Amino acid sequence: MLAVDGVSKRFGGLMAVDSATLSLQPGGIIGLIGPNGAGKTTLFSMISGFIAPTDGRIRFEGTDITAEEPHRRAERGIGRTFQIVQPFAGLTVCENIAVGAYLRHAKRAEATAKAREVARRVGLGSELDRPAGGLTVAGRKRLELARALATEPKLLLLDEVLAGLNPSEIRDIIPVIRGIRDEGVTILMIEHVMQAVMNLCERVYVLAQGRMIAEGPPTVVCADTRVIEAYLGHGAAARLKAEGAAHG
Amino acid sequence: MTARDLIPIAVLTILAALLPLVVTSSPVLNFLVFMLIVALGAQGWNILGGFGGQFSFGHAAFFGTGAYVTAILQLRYGVNAWAGLVLATAAGGVVGWAIGFLSFRSGLRGSYFALVTLAFAEVFRILANAASFTGGAAGLLIKLDVRAANLQFDDRAVFYWLVLAFVAAVLLLTRWIQRSRFGAQLVAVRENEDAAKALGVDSLKVKLRAIALSGAVTALSGCLYAQYFLYIDANIAYGSWISVELLLAPIIGGVGTVFGPVVGALTLHGLGEVAKQFAGRIPGIDLIVFGGVLVLAVAFARGGILGLLERLRDRGRGIMARGPKEVSHAGR
Ligand SMILES: Nc1ncnc2c1ncn2[C@@H]1O[C@H](COP(=O)(O)OP(=O)(O)O)[C@@H](O)[C@H]1O
Ligand SMILES: [Mg+2]
Repeated sequence: MLAVDGVSKRFGGLMAVDSATLSLQPGGIIGLIGPNGAGKTTLFSMISGFIAPTDGRIRFEGTDITAEEPHRRAERGIGRTFQIVQPFAGLTVCENIAVGAYLRHAKRAEATAKAREVARRVGLGSELDRPAGGLTVAGRKRLELARALATEPKLLLLDEVLAGLNPSEIRDIIPVIRGIRDEGVTILMIEHVMQAVMNLCERVYVLAQGRMIAEGPPTVVCADTRVIEAYLGHGAAARLKAEGAAHG
Repeated sequence: MTARDLIPIAVLTILAALLPLVVTSSPVLNFLVFMLIVALGAQGWNILGGFGGQFSFGHAAFFGTGAYVTAILQLRYGVNAWAGLVLATAAGGVVGWAIGFLSFRSGLRGSYFALVTLAFAEVFRILANAASFTGGAAGLLIKLDVRAANLQFDDRAVFYWLVLAFVAAVLLLTRWIQRSRFGAQLVAVRENEDAAKALGVDSLKVKLRAIALSGAVTALSGCLYAQYFLYIDANIAYGSWISVELLLAPIIGGVGTVFGPVVGALTLHGLGEVAKQFAGRIPGIDLIVFGGVLVLAVAFARGGILGLLERLRDRGRGIMARGPKEVSHAGR
């Protein structure tokens, strides 16, 4: 359903994303991992239309959307969350989510009903009338998820929705993400919490210094020499192997 | 919209409509009409600035357009005053859309947008002051011909009711905005434009609609001004005094609220009049009062008078309930 084809983004002298290619079939949860500064968020911004690629093409359900505005892509069914949460601080939780729900429900009553339903699903049911600015970190992350979900996306891009949460909060939200998948929404998620990646993702892409260096099931990818070195530095894989042999 | 949304507007309008039955003095009625005209223009500002978060320093551009369009249509083309009113309002919408198109499409926001609107108003003022078509520096005098068909009335109270009807209509319009998808999207753009876009909001379209509506309402107020005083010149119609008034009233009353502009206009002009009564010999005393009220509002009442009242009410409730305070946004 999504085809990212040789997409690049240059910021001045820095190649933040360097001809990255990625392809998603409908259904399932796909991970996008990589060290900090690898270009993951930049790639999301290009898929959702906030940053124009310097090179390459993006297709969604067969249509070239490379030059489309973000709101058009949202209409097509691409939803996203922001790594740095962006609540409408002056509005209540319910009003925040309703903005997303209005995309497919023009009537206030319908949009509000949809917002309430989504809020309950992500565990914000008891916070509906609170100002969004007063939520905890975990609450804000849930709100990001809820708003994107309220647009009824076909493809959901989650940018580190688990970051900053404690283990019990992560345990609470993982079933929610699975539930979204089970309803047929395709999920592409950037995640650093490896336990969650192993737990949720059928397949992961690994981005390092802007390049897509590996792709496959999480267990296989995590054993990949290039991936280990991307995270731990050059020669790390060999060192680990040597240490493993010494201990074994 | 529910009955609860409409009742406060209805009650306030009826009470205000009864006023001329009690008050018959001309200066007081003059004051009330002028205050309502400012309130109407400020309601226009509030649609864009309050709900949309796009602060304009140049709403005189719309006020003046409304005033000049109706005056020129009547004087030069013999157009009926009521038709002039409709066309003046439409012209305000078109000018608003055009200024919005030029500035929003190039991504102007915040202080840059404010400065661009100010620049437009100043350019219009200078042009209107220079061109003979607009009467130049001498201004334009609408011919005195007191007939309802000419939008001129014997009785000041009738004009008061007319302006009040428009203010009430815009109160309803604003309430509708507050309860509609358009309003939700407009407020979303104000709060966080990127987040709004990600949720499918066409932020350019939403802002253009808001500035067109805003321009139309403010132009209507300018048209009513011209029609009431029957004289305009560039410094009145496009002067920065009106830009300042139109943004002060909502800020004092409560920015982005339905009643804020009316409450603010009433407070500012009420205090200004009182100050003139007591210290009328000091020139510009009302402006000094405006400045003082603004300082107080910015320092102590960020949500304006209505925001302050809401906080006091919440605090009162909190003390009575001795429970956690719930901030309500519903009633504003
Ligand atoms: N708007 C921008 N302007 C300039 N450089 C940027 C911008 N956004 C990101 N970068 C740079 O691009 C690189 C990739 O950033 P990012 O996509 O946020 O990485 P990740 O999400 O994988 O941590 C980083 O070096 C970052 O500093
Ligand atoms: Mg990132």
